[in-house]
Amino acid sequence: MKEIVVLSGKGGTGKTSLTASFAVLGGAELVVADCDVDAADMHLLLEPDFADREDFHSGELAVIDPSKCSDCGQCAAVCRYDAVEVIGGRHVIDELGCEGCGYCARVCPDDAIENIEQHVGQWYRSAIRTGSTMIHARLKIGADNSGKLVAKVKRMAREAAAAQGKDWVLVDGSPGVGCPVVSSLSGASLVVLVTEPTVSGLHDLRRVYKLVKMFGIAAGCIINKADLNAKVSRELREFLENEEIPILTEIPYDERFTSAITQGRTIVEWDPDLARLLGDCWKKITELAGDHQI
Amino acid sequence: MKVAIASGKGGTGKTTLSTNLARFMAESEPVVLVDLDVEEPNSGLFVAGELFHDEPKYKMIPVWESETCSLCGNCQEVCNFNAILKMGDRIMIFPELCHGCYACSELCPTASLPMQQKPMGELKHLRSGALDFVESRLMISEEQAVPLIHQTLRYVDESFSPEVVKILDSPPGTSCPVIEATRGADLVILVTEPTPFGLHDLKLAVDTVRRLGKEFVVVLNRYGIGDDQVEQYCAAEGIHLAARIPNQRRIAETYAAGKLLYREIPEVAEATDAIASLIHAHAAGGS
Repeated sequence: MKEIVVLSGKGGTGKTSLTASFAVLGGAELVVADCDVDAADMHLLLEPDFADREDFHSGELAVIDPSKCSDCGQCAAVCRYDAVEVIGGRHVIDELGCEGCGYCARVCPDDAIENIEQHVGQWYRSAIRTGSTMIHARLKIGADNSGKLVAKVKRMAREAAAAQGKDWVLVDGSPGVGCPVVSSLSGASLVVLVTEPTVSGLHDLRRVYKLVKMFGIAAGCIINKADLNAKVSRELREFLENEEIPILTEIPYDERFTSAITQGRTIVEWDPDLARLLGDCWKKITELAGDHQI
Repeated sequence: MKVAIASGKGGTGKTTLSTNLARFMAESEPVVLVDLDVEEPNSGLFVAGELFHDEPKYKMIPVWESETCSLCGNCQEVCNFNAILKMGDRIMIFPELCHGCYACSELCPTASLPMQQKPMGELKHLRSGALDFVESRLMISEEQAVPLIHQTLRYVDESFSPEVVKILDSPPGTSCPVIEATRGADLVILVTEPTPFGLHDLKLAVDTVRRLGKEFVVVLNRYGIGDDQVEQYCAAEGIHLAARIPNQRRIAETYAAGKLLYREIPEVAEATDAIASLIHAHAAGGS
């Protein structure tokens, strides 16, 4: 099985639009996984049916029983997250601040604190309009995006691919360089980096690539909005050349991307020129990934 | 006065608005710009200044002292994150899983798990005229952004008086890093774009700030592209649309080069001015 993970470091570079385009190009051959569980958008283009859904629990949350609590303040004294608030003289847990370490419950002399399992979101197994399966999820607001839900989405996508005898998993990764990205990356055959020639785009690419390199995963790069700035473009190419990262394609700054999204379509279904360009790019990606079986 | 600039979706223009607003306001008053997007901090690419202070930032993790340890296993028992394991006659610690809650350390009957500093990033404080700029960046391979955001805000609280306007460039999304960045804000400005992605993630961001009980307004970036769904949504929800920044290729090019926009593009100057006035009005009303 081969797993392709699309990453960008910086948001707004076109990562999700391009991943959805590849999902269309790959059609029934691949299972799609949306690991950007914090701000998942791919479902807006691929029309999943949300056929199977399951709650996802991870970690704990402290709850104070006011009838037992004597307001001694021991919990607040040990909490390193400032998650115990005093409201009207009563101690209460700030749900959004609590990390679920359970320390407060252990020191409470009144036995007034209970740790409850946290419901952090839902994950879905859907049929999508490309004739394939998509695994996706929604993290609850303020939940700890520890990467566990991302890991679950990836695991279920691999299982779905195995069950259906499919060789490919296509993953839309999350932004940044923290826990969810680390989870998105683990076990990948190939990373497709999506960037743009802006000072921020290049800066964020350098950081996320450092992480990819630590994992020892092969990468290729798509330069989107390639004609925005010649000077930054040169620096970007220099960086890619030094790191021996192949350029998979270059896409000019094009507002047709937005027109396609506004109609709920991917760019390959919208514009024949860009469809050809991305068709060639997808071919390159599958060839590259083919060399790196997991 | 803390103003958090946030958005559900990435790449909608948080950093653009934060840097332009901070520079613009600093022409007539002291302003602090704080980059809390510690995973991918970009504000520093648009503002320069002289280095005033820098310091390494640490998270606290336990270290095992074998001589005094009685191997009772209490540490493994109290750790909710599986970051400590008793293996035979050894105690193993997994720093990447540790949340620094101190439970294992302070509840150890033989005090054999003292907490020790582990580097997780770096804080920089630059100064240029009336603008102070504070930025923290997470080390690559460090996975947890929240402790660094927390410490950065503490540095800001200790270094500046409460009245000074502070612009907080926040991380994207609606999960824990955003909550940490916006928890202490007096006003949240949500930046979005007029596309289905922008609208979808704006709704999530609105749910988040409502849940936090924060006052908020929306700024619509790349106005003119896409559709009018965001405006319809704001009107239906009674959300104040504080400014519209037009979609122009020239704006994208100016941003690409790392330049500030308000000095070159009149429409951006106008929008920035409107947002600055709104912040002033809010500060006057809130105090």
